Amino acid sequence: MTTRTFPAPTAILRHAVLLVTAALILAPFVWMVSLSIKPPGEIFRASFSFWPEQFYGIENYSKALTEAPLLRYMLNGVMICACILALQIAVCAPAAYALAKLEFLGRDLLFALVLIALLLPHEVLALPLFILGYKIGILNTYAALIFPYVVSPFGIFLFRQFFKTIPDDVVHAARLDGYSELGIVWKIMIPMALPAIIAFGIFSVVSHWNSLFWPLIAVRDQNLMPPPLGIMAFKNEEAGNEYGPLLAASTLVVAPLVAAFLLAQRWFVEGLTGGAVK
Amino acid sequence: MSLPNRKRETRQRGVSPAPASSRAAGLSEMITAWTLAGPALALLIMLFFLPVLAVFVIALTDWQFGASTLSFVGTANFEEVFADRGFRASLFNTVAYVAIVVPGTIILGLAVALLIESGKSFRAFYRAIHFLPYMATLTAMAIAWEALLHPTIGLVNQTLAGLGLPTANWLRDENTVLPVLAAIGIWQNLGFAMVLFLAGLKSIPQDLYHAAEVDGADLWLDRLRTVTLPMLGPVFMFVFIVVALKAFETFDTVQVLTQGGPGHASEMLLFTLYRESFQYLRTGYGASVAVVFLIIVVALTLIQARVMDKKVHYQ
Repeated sequence: MTTRTFPAPTAILRHAVLLVTAALILAPFVWMVSLSIKPPGEIFRASFSFWPEQFYGIENYSKALTEAPLLRYMLNGVMICACILALQIAVCAPAAYALAKLEFLGRDLLFALVLIALLLPHEVLALPLFILGYKIGILNTYAALIFPYVVSPFGIFLFRQFFKTIPDDVVHAARLDGYSELGIVWKIMIPMALPAIIAFGIFSVVSHWNSLFWPLIAVRDQNLMPPPLGIMAFKNEEAGNEYGPLLAASTLVVAPLVAAFLLAQRWFVEGLTGGAVK
Repeated sequence: MSLPNRKRETRQRGVSPAPASSRAAGLSEMITAWTLAGPALALLIMLFFLPVLAVFVIALTDWQFGASTLSFVGTANFEEVFADRGFRASLFNTVAYVAIVVPGTIILGLAVALLIESGKSFRAFYRAIHFLPYMATLTAMAIAWEALLHPTIGLVNQTLAGLGLPTANWLRDENTVLPVLAAIGIWQNLGFAMVLFLAGLKSIPQDLYHAAEVDGADLWLDRLRTVTLPMLGPVFMFVFIVVALKAFETFDTVQVLTQGGPGHASEMLLFTLYRESFQYLRTGYGASVAVVFLIIVVALTLIQARVMDKKVHYQ
């Protein structure tokens, strides 16, 4: 690709503008980390400095970890995201395989149902799902946080698109080798569709790690809370007075995804913007 | 990632795998297929279709959470919802919020994408930084924003005061709260728009620029107007709808930062839905709000589907 070369002043201008916008984008992150390592006195003595005169990080972070069960929140988050993703793949991949590679009566109807489900925003379903959770007695448990998401219309759609690009000969050959249909899904299709699985995995984990709406409805018990709900509870307890520990907690909640993003940027961008269909 | 292509859905029939498509083979394939798709179908019905029907039923009856009886009340719930000044404020705020966030996100996202694409150095670096807010946990970042916007110790007011400009109590003033939430919305979604525009820019054939130059489009601005923007038509439409949907679904910042206040100044649809359904337990009211919300979202998505099918190019 030929990029039109710009004279030096234009290049400098490009960097100048982009550095300014980048600084604005980063400001909340920088301010968050800065306050998380400052003692209360310095936080309330308004100052521009990023680095504190007295490093108070250890106090703030240990307070965040001990006064709120922050590690517990994060472990909850990991567990909930892992369960949701595993169930989503287990449910969606076979259905997507059937839609992509098998000929059967009702296939178009099934696909239409998937597309309609793709249209429905989850928040609209919250009230009936809350009632359902109540009826089967799982509100305020891990199951309540997981069950609305065990099937993902977007997952079915994405896997189907990807499975369709795998040649039929592969499927025929696998049948001749004696694979069962489910065996073909797990041992042939999933490994071959790994890019789609990873993209979907990132989309799923990021959305559920970050989600506040449903957990707010589904659980009250502090020991079950995922990170966003936990940090909100922490904020309300602290009455927003102690910015140091509160922002230390925020930093810890944001850190895992940011770190993963910086390590695997391309995958994240693909997973999250591919998810835009939803 | 080629957006406009995504919808170029292959219409081909799936493979008929059985060597001899005898009736027996067809039947066994059908059984296999429904066995594989059965769990997904059952869960789709239980977790999507029955709930969405239930929302409509609840919205049209006087059922209250926990009650054992219900009777049909027609549109009474909707009349109550629309007669409520709080709800009207919420609807108006949501529309105003979307009307700020969507153009803000598109213009800034496009500007950043054009700037990044106009040179070769540090592309990945700038892209990563601008994309960061899109995946950062918004609940936690909202707390960071609150600290940034704090009336006395926040960086925003300190900077403004330092420059001799007027300051404000951003989240407690009914004139500033909604624009400030919208600014946070733009901050969050800008990177998403940027990534899609970058992909769109990459797919514009260089020949078109050469042709435009031959035709006398010497200035960068001319080429932008005659080639870049028209060729980005489909991406614009796509970004427009997706960002609009995301903006309509804003909840976290309202819940964490303002609780809809002061007064109703920053109340938005999903927050109203949550508060009425789950805090005040006004089931019928909550369900009616959900129906209104659903209609808006589905309408937007259908417009998107139509437009993407036609793959619009402006001009």
